[in-house]
Amino acid sequence: MGTQQIIESINADALKTDIPRFDIGDTLNVHVRIVEGEKERTQVFSGVLISRKGRGINEMITVRRIVDEIGVERTWPINSPSIAKFEVVRRADARRAKLYYLRDRVGKSRRLRDKRRGLKHVEGMTTIQR
Amino acid sequence: MAKSQVEIRGPHLLGTKLGMTRVFNEAGQSVPVTVIQVQPNVVTQVRTDEVDGYSAVQIASGDVKARNSTMPVIGHDAKAGTAPKRHHREFRVTEDEAAEYELGKELGVDVFEGCAFVDVIGTSKGKGFAGTIKRHGYKGQLATHGVERKHRSPGSIGGHASNAGKAGRIKKGKKMSGHLGNERVTVRSLDLIRIDKDQGLLLVKGPVPGHNKAWVEIRPAVRLYKGKAAKQKEVSAG
Repeated sequence: MGTQQIIESINADALKTDIPRFDIGDTLNVHVRIVEGEKERTQVFSGVLISRKGRGINEMITVRRIVDEIGVERTWPINSPSIAKFEVVRRADARRAKLYYLRDRVGKSRRLRDKRRGLKHVEGMTTIQR
Repeated sequence: MAKSQVEIRGPHLLGTKLGMTRVFNEAGQSVPVTVIQVQPNVVTQVRTDEVDGYSAVQIASGDVKARNSTMPVIGHDAKAGTAPKRHHREFRVTEDEAAEYELGKELGVDVFEGCAFVDVIGTSKGKGFAGTIKRHGYKGQLATHGVERKHRSPGSIGGHASNAGKAGRIKKGKKMSGHLGNERVTVRSLDLIRIDKDQGLLLVKGPVPGHNKAWVEIRPAVRLYKGKAAKQKEVSAG
Protein backbone atom coordinates (compact mmCIF):
# COMPACT_ATOMS: atom_id res chain seq x y z
CA MET A 1 0.00 0.00 0.00
CA GLY A 2 1.30 3.43 -0.90
CA THR A 3 2.07 6.13 1.60
CA GLN A 4 -0.98 8.17 0.73
CA GLN A 5 -3.31 5.17 0.96
CA ILE A 6 -2.05 4.41 4.46
CA ILE A 7 -2.69 7.96 5.60
CA GLU A 8 -6.12 7.90 3.97
CA SER A 9 -6.93 4.66 5.81
CA ILE A 10 -6.21 6.43 9.11
CA ASN A 11 -8.44 9.33 8.10
CA ALA A 12 -11.23 7.04 6.91
CA ASP A 13 -12.47 6.36 10.45
CA ALA A 14 -12.99 10.04 11.13
CA LEU A 15 -14.69 10.95 7.86
CA LYS A 16 -18.43 11.43 8.17
CA THR A 17 -20.77 9.81 5.70
CA ASP A 18 -23.96 11.60 6.70
CA ILE A 19 -23.11 15.14 5.64
CA PRO A 20 -25.93 16.57 3.48
CA ARG A 21 -25.05 18.41 0.34
CA PHE A 22 -24.73 22.16 0.82
CA ASP A 23 -23.05 24.91 -1.13
CA ILE A 24 -21.69 28.35 -0.48
CA GLY A 25 -24.40 30.82 0.47
CA ASP A 26 -26.74 28.26 1.98
CA THR A 27 -28.13 28.90 5.42
CA LEU A 28 -27.19 26.09 7.80
CA ASN A 29 -28.14 24.94 11.24
CA VAL A 30 -24.99 23.54 12.79
CA HIS A 31 -25.67 21.42 15.86
CA VAL A 32 -22.62 21.77 18.08
CA ARG A 33 -21.96 19.39 20.95
CA ILE A 34 -21.05 21.21 24.14
CA VAL A 35 -19.70 19.35 27.14
CA GLU A 36 -20.22 21.00 30.49
CA GLY A 37 -18.65 18.89 33.18
CA GLU A 38 -20.37 15.53 32.93
CA LYS A 39 -23.31 16.73 30.87
CA GLU A 40 -23.46 17.10 27.16
CA ARG A 41 -25.92 19.21 25.20
CA THR A 42 -26.21 20.53 21.68
CA GLN A 43 -26.36 24.14 20.64
CA VAL A 44 -27.55 25.28 17.25
CA PHE A 45 -25.49 27.83 15.38
CA SER A 46 -27.49 29.10 12.45
CA GLY A 47 -25.97 31.22 9.71
CA VAL A 48 -24.75 31.59 6.16
CA LEU A 49 -22.01 29.34 4.84
CA ILE A 50 -19.40 31.79 3.55
CA SER A 51 -16.39 29.54 3.03
CA ARG A 52 -15.66 25.92 2.47
CA LYS A 53 -12.07 24.91 1.86
CA GLY A 54 -9.70 21.98 2.13
CA ARG A 55 -10.24 18.38 1.14
CA GLY A 56 -10.92 15.18 3.02
CA ILE A 57 -10.05 15.26 6.69
CA ASN A 58 -8.83 18.86 6.38
CA GLU A 59 -12.06 20.29 5.00
CA MET A 60 -13.15 23.37 6.92
CA ILE A 61 -16.36 25.38 6.84
CA THR A 62 -17.00 28.92 8.02
CA VAL A 63 -20.53 29.96 9.02
CA ARG A 64 -21.45 33.60 9.60
CA ARG A 65 -24.44 34.87 11.51
CA ILE A 66 -25.55 38.23 12.86
CA VAL A 67 -26.20 38.50 16.58
CA ASP A 68 -27.43 41.89 17.78
CA GLU A 69 -26.05 43.57 14.69
CA ILE A 70 -22.63 42.08 15.32
CA GLY A 71 -21.27 39.53 12.90
CA VAL A 72 -20.16 36.23 14.43
CA GLU A 73 -18.23 33.64 12.45
CA ARG A 74 -17.33 30.14 13.51
CA THR A 75 -15.04 27.76 11.69
CA TRP A 76 -14.95 23.99 12.14
CA PRO A 77 -13.44 20.99 10.48
CA ILE A 78 -16.41 19.54 8.64
CA ASN A 79 -15.61 16.08 10.08
CA SER A 80 -15.25 17.28 13.65
CA PRO A 81 -16.98 14.93 16.11
CA SER A 82 -18.09 17.98 18.08
CA ILE A 83 -20.61 18.69 15.32
CA ALA A 84 -23.65 16.48 15.80
CA LYS A 85 -25.33 17.31 12.50
CA PHE A 86 -25.90 19.83 9.75
CA GLU A 87 -29.27 21.01 8.52
CA VAL A 88 -29.77 23.01 5.36
CA VAL A 89 -32.37 25.69 6.08
CA ARG A 90 -32.35 27.74 2.90
CA ARG A 91 -30.56 27.56 -0.39
CA ALA A 92 -29.28 30.77 -1.91
CA ASP A 93 -27.69 31.98 -5.10
CA ALA A 94 -24.04 32.79 -4.58
CA ARG A 95 -21.82 33.80 -7.47
CA ARG A 96 -18.58 33.63 -5.53
CA ALA A 97 -16.73 30.69 -4.02
CA LYS A 98 -16.06 32.67 -0.83
CA LEU A 99 -18.57 35.19 0.49
CA TYR A 100 -16.13 37.31 2.47
CA TYR A 101 -17.75 40.43 0.99
CA LEU A 102 -20.69 39.84 3.33
CA ARG A 103 -18.48 41.10 6.15
CA ASP A 104 -18.62 44.59 4.68
CA ARG A 105 -22.36 44.54 4.05
CA VAL A 106 -24.92 46.13 6.35
CA GLY A 107 -28.70 45.83 6.39
CA LYS A 108 -30.65 44.59 3.39
CA SER A 109 -27.62 44.24 1.14
CA ARG A 110 -26.50 41.42 3.37
CA ARG A 111 -29.20 39.16 1.97
CA LEU A 112 -28.58 36.62 -0.74
CA ARG A 113 -31.02 35.70 -3.48
CA ASP A 114 -32.79 32.39 -3.35
CA LYS A 115 -31.34 29.61 -5.38
CA ARG A 116 -32.60 29.86 -8.92
CA ARG A 117 -29.83 28.78 -11.18
CA GLY A 118 -29.10 25.16 -11.83
CA LEU A 119 -32.26 23.96 -10.12
CA LYS A 120 -31.90 20.45 -11.46
CA HIS A 121 -29.02 19.91 -9.06
CA VAL A 122 -31.11 21.14 -6.18
CA GLU A 123 -34.17 19.04 -6.77
CA GLY A 124 -34.67 16.30 -4.25
CA MET A 125 -32.36 17.97 -1.76
CA THR A 126 -33.76 18.29 1.69
CA THR A 127 -34.12 21.62 3.40
CA ILE A 128 -36.07 22.19 6.57
CA GLN A 129 -38.71 24.90 6.60
CA ARG A 130 -38.85 27.36 9.45
CA MET B 1 27.30 3.91 33.66
CA ALA B 2 26.45 7.34 35.06
CA LYS B 3 23.30 7.62 37.08
CA SER B 4 21.83 10.41 34.99
CA GLN B 5 21.52 8.12 32.00
CA VAL B 6 18.35 6.49 30.81
CA GLU B 7 16.08 5.23 33.54
CA ILE B 8 13.22 4.07 31.40
CA ARG B 9 14.78 1.48 29.19
CA GLY B 10 12.99 -0.13 26.38
CA PRO B 11 13.51 -1.28 22.86
CA HIS B 12 14.14 1.28 20.17
CA LEU B 13 12.57 0.77 16.77
CA LEU B 14 13.43 1.91 13.28
CA GLY B 15 10.65 3.21 11.09
CA THR B 16 9.86 5.56 8.24
CA LYS B 17 8.03 8.84 8.52
CA LEU B 18 5.05 8.68 6.18
CA GLY B 19 3.58 12.15 6.61
CA MET B 20 1.23 14.15 8.73
CA THR B 21 -2.52 14.22 9.18
CA ARG B 22 -4.96 14.96 11.96
CA VAL B 23 -7.04 12.83 14.29
CA PHE B 24 -9.83 13.86 16.63
CA ASN B 25 -9.58 12.97 20.32
CA GLU B 26 -12.40 12.09 22.70
CA ALA B 27 -12.98 15.75 23.47
CA GLY B 28 -13.51 16.43 19.77
CA GLN B 29 -10.27 18.37 19.49
CA SER B 30 -8.16 18.07 16.39
CA VAL B 31 -4.70 16.68 17.10
CA PRO B 32 -1.91 17.00 14.51
CA VAL B 33 -0.10 13.68 14.15
CA THR B 34 2.84 12.26 12.25
CA VAL B 35 2.38 8.74 10.92
CA ILE B 36 5.43 6.49 11.35
CA GLN B 37 5.48 3.10 9.69
CA VAL B 38 7.44 0.38 11.44
CA GLN B 39 8.29 -2.66 9.40
CA PRO B 40 9.46 -5.66 11.42
CA ASN B 41 12.71 -4.89 13.24
CA VAL B 42 15.05 -7.86 13.52
CA VAL B 43 17.48 -8.40 16.37
CA THR B 44 20.80 -8.87 14.57
CA GLN B 45 23.18 -8.90 17.51
CA VAL B 46 23.07 -9.15 21.28
CA ARG B 47 26.09 -7.59 22.94
CA THR B 48 27.10 -8.92 26.34
CA ASP B 49 29.41 -7.72 29.09
CA GLU B 50 31.51 -10.83 28.66
CA VAL B 51 32.27 -10.43 24.99
CA ASP B 52 31.82 -6.74 24.29
CA GLY B 53 32.30 -5.10 27.67
CA TYR B 54 28.77 -3.72 27.67
CA SER B 55 25.31 -5.07 27.05
CA ALA B 56 23.15 -3.83 24.22
CA VAL B 57 20.85 -5.03 21.49
CA GLN B 58 21.29 -4.33 17.81
CA ILE B 59 18.23 -4.09 15.61
CA ALA B 60 17.94 -3.73 11.85
CA SER B 61 15.22 -2.85 9.42
CA GLY B 62 14.60 -2.02 5.79
CA ASP B 63 15.09 -4.47 2.96
CA VAL B 64 18.05 -4.05 0.69
CA LYS B 65 19.03 -6.09 -2.32
CA ALA B 66 22.05 -8.26 -1.63
CA ARG B 67 23.90 -6.76 -4.58
CA ASN B 68 23.49 -3.31 -3.03
CA SER B 69 24.80 -4.50 0.31
CA THR B 70 28.27 -5.58 1.35
CA MET B 71 29.59 -9.04 2.19
CA PRO B 72 30.29 -8.11 5.84
CA VAL B 73 26.69 -6.90 6.32
CA ILE B 74 25.22 -9.89 4.49
CA GLY B 75 27.24 -12.24 6.69
CA HIS B 76 26.41 -10.34 9.86
CA ASP B 77 22.68 -10.40 9.18
CA ALA B 78 22.80 -14.02 8.00
CA LYS B 79 23.91 -14.99 11.52
CA ALA B 80 20.54 -13.72 12.70
CA GLY B 81 18.88 -15.75 9.97
CA THR B 82 17.68 -12.79 7.96
CA ALA B 83 18.27 -11.15 4.61
CA PRO B 84 20.58 -8.12 4.66
CA LYS B 85 19.02 -5.00 6.13
CA ARG B 86 19.63 -1.39 5.26
CA HIS B 87 19.73 0.23 8.69
CA HIS B 88 21.21 -1.00 11.97
CA ARG B 89 20.94 0.60 15.41
CA GLU B 90 21.99 -0.34 18.91
CA PHE B 91 20.31 0.40 22.19
CA ARG B 92 21.60 -0.24 25.69
CA VAL B 93 19.91 -2.67 28.05
CA THR B 94 20.86 -4.26 31.34
CA GLU B 95 22.43 -7.68 31.31
CA ASP B 96 19.23 -9.36 32.49
CA GLU B 97 17.16 -7.66 29.81
CA ALA B 98 19.65 -8.62 27.14
CA ALA B 99 18.90 -12.25 27.89
CA GLU B 100 15.32 -11.72 26.72
CA TYR B 101 16.48 -10.89 23.21
CA GLU B 102 17.61 -13.62 20.90
CA LEU B 103 19.06 -13.39 17.44
CA GLY B 104 16.45 -13.16 14.73
CA LYS B 105 13.63 -12.10 17.04
CA GLU B 106 11.23 -9.67 15.38
CA LEU B 107 10.13 -6.52 17.17
CA GLY B 108 6.99 -4.63 16.14
CA VAL B 109 5.03 -1.62 17.26
CA ASP B 110 3.49 -3.54 20.16
CA VAL B 111 6.70 -3.03 22.18
CA PHE B 112 5.41 0.51 22.84
CA GLU B 113 2.25 -0.67 24.52
CA GLY B 114 1.89 1.02 27.88
CA CYS B 115 4.12 3.81 26.69
CA ALA B 116 2.52 7.26 26.61
CA PHE B 117 5.45 9.30 25.34
CA VAL B 118 8.22 8.61 22.86
CA ASP B 119 11.36 10.33 21.59
CA VAL B 120 11.89 10.42 17.84
CA ILE B 121 15.35 10.76 16.33
CA GLY B 122 15.82 11.66 12.71
CA THR B 123 17.88 13.65 10.24
CA SER B 124 16.48 17.11 9.68
CA LYS B 125 15.81 18.51 6.23
CA GLY B 126 18.87 20.20 4.75
CA LYS B 127 18.50 23.95 4.33
CA GLY B 128 21.84 24.67 2.68
CA PHE B 129 23.92 27.72 3.55
CA ALA B 130 21.67 29.81 5.77
CA GLY B 131 22.05 33.25 7.30
CA THR B 132 22.00 34.02 11.00
CA ILE B 133 18.31 34.93 11.05
CA LYS B 134 17.17 31.54 9.84
CA ARG B 135 19.98 29.58 11.49
CA HIS B 136 20.18 31.15 14.95
CA GLY B 137 17.05 33.29 15.21
CA TYR B 138 18.86 36.65 15.06
CA LYS B 139 16.57 39.62 14.60
CA GLY B 140 18.52 41.39 11.84
CA GLN B 141 18.51 45.16 11.47
CA LEU B 142 15.75 47.65 10.87
CA ALA B 143 13.95 47.87 7.56
CA THR B 144 14.25 51.66 7.38
CA HIS B 145 15.71 54.53 9.45
CA GLY B 146 18.77 54.76 7.28
CA VAL B 147 19.75 51.05 7.28
CA GLU B 148 21.30 50.28 3.93
CA ARG B 149 22.05 46.80 2.53
CA LYS B 150 22.39 45.39 6.05
CA HIS B 151 18.84 44.32 6.87
CA ARG B 152 19.62 40.67 7.56
CA SER B 153 23.25 40.97 8.65
CA PRO B 154 24.33 39.66 12.09
CA GLY B 155 25.80 42.98 13.30
CA SER B 156 28.98 43.12 15.32
CA ILE B 157 30.78 39.84 15.99
CA GLY B 158 32.91 41.27 18.79
CA GLY B 159 36.10 43.30 18.81
CA HIS B 160 39.41 41.52 18.39
CA ALA B 161 40.79 43.14 21.51
CA SER B 162 37.88 42.30 23.82
CA ASN B 163 37.30 39.09 25.73
CA ALA B 164 34.89 38.08 23.01
CA GLY B 165 37.78 38.03 20.58
CA LYS B 166 40.89 37.36 22.68
CA ALA B 167 44.30 37.20 21.16
CA GLY B 168 43.40 38.89 17.97
CA ARG B 169 40.75 36.53 16.77
CA ILE B 170 37.01 36.06 16.98
CA LYS B 171 35.69 33.96 19.84
CA LYS B 172 35.30 30.27 19.09
CA GLY B 173 31.77 29.08 18.54
CA LYS B 174 30.50 32.54 17.59
CA LYS B 175 27.15 32.05 15.88
CA MET B 176 27.45 32.94 12.23
CA SER B 177 25.93 31.88 8.94
CA GLY B 178 26.64 28.43 7.62
CA HIS B 179 25.12 25.10 6.80
CA LEU B 180 21.73 24.48 8.40
CA GLY B 181 19.85 21.20 8.70
CA ASN B 182 20.74 17.70 7.54
CA GLU B 183 21.87 16.77 11.04
CA ARG B 184 20.71 14.34 13.70
CA VAL B 185 17.83 15.81 15.68
CA THR B 186 15.96 14.35 18.65
CA VAL B 187 12.46 15.50 19.50
CA ARG B 188 11.58 14.50 23.02
CA SER B 189 8.45 13.36 24.80
CA LEU B 190 5.96 13.34 21.96
CA ASP B 191 2.52 12.03 22.85
CA LEU B 192 2.00 8.57 21.43
CA ILE B 193 -1.54 8.97 20.16
CA ARG B 194 -2.26 5.60 18.60
CA ILE B 195 -0.64 2.25 17.90
CA ASP B 196 -1.95 0.44 14.84
CA LYS B 197 -0.77 -3.14 15.13
CA ASP B 198 -2.39 -4.37 11.93
CA GLN B 199 -0.52 -1.97 9.70
CA GLY B 200 2.46 -1.44 12.01
CA LEU B 201 1.87 2.27 12.45
CA LEU B 202 2.65 4.70 15.23
CA LEU B 203 0.85 8.03 15.43
CA VAL B 204 2.80 10.63 17.39
CA LYS B 205 1.66 14.13 18.15
CA GLY B 206 3.36 16.91 16.23
CA PRO B 207 6.11 17.03 13.67
CA VAL B 208 9.25 14.86 13.56
CA PRO B 209 12.54 15.66 11.81
CA GLY B 210 13.16 14.83 8.18
CA HIS B 211 11.29 14.52 4.93
CA ASN B 212 8.50 12.05 4.24
CA LYS B 213 9.81 8.48 3.87
CA ALA B 214 12.85 9.41 5.96
CA TRP B 215 14.14 6.87 8.44
CA VAL B 216 13.58 7.68 12.10
CA GLU B 217 14.43 5.95 15.34
CA ILE B 218 11.77 5.76 18.04
CA ARG B 219 12.32 5.01 21.71
CA PRO B 220 10.33 5.41 24.92
CA ALA B 221 10.76 8.95 26.25
CA VAL B 222 13.82 9.14 28.49
CA ARG B 223 13.07 12.43 30.23
CA LEU B 224 9.64 13.60 31.24
CA TYR B 225 8.60 16.69 33.12
CA LYS B 226 6.26 16.33 36.07
CA GLY B 227 2.91 16.43 34.30
CA LYS B 228 3.89 13.99 31.61
CA ALA B 229 5.63 11.71 34.12
CA ALA B 230 2.38 11.49 36.08
CA LYS B 231 0.47 10.61 32.94
CA GLN B 232 3.07 7.98 32.01
CA LYS B 233 2.67 6.39 35.45
CA GLU B 234 -1.10 6.34 35.00
CA VAL B 235 -0.84 4.68 31.60
CA SER B 236 1.71 2.07 32.62
CA ALA B 237 -0.41 1.26 35.68
CA GLY B 238 -3.20 0.51 33.20
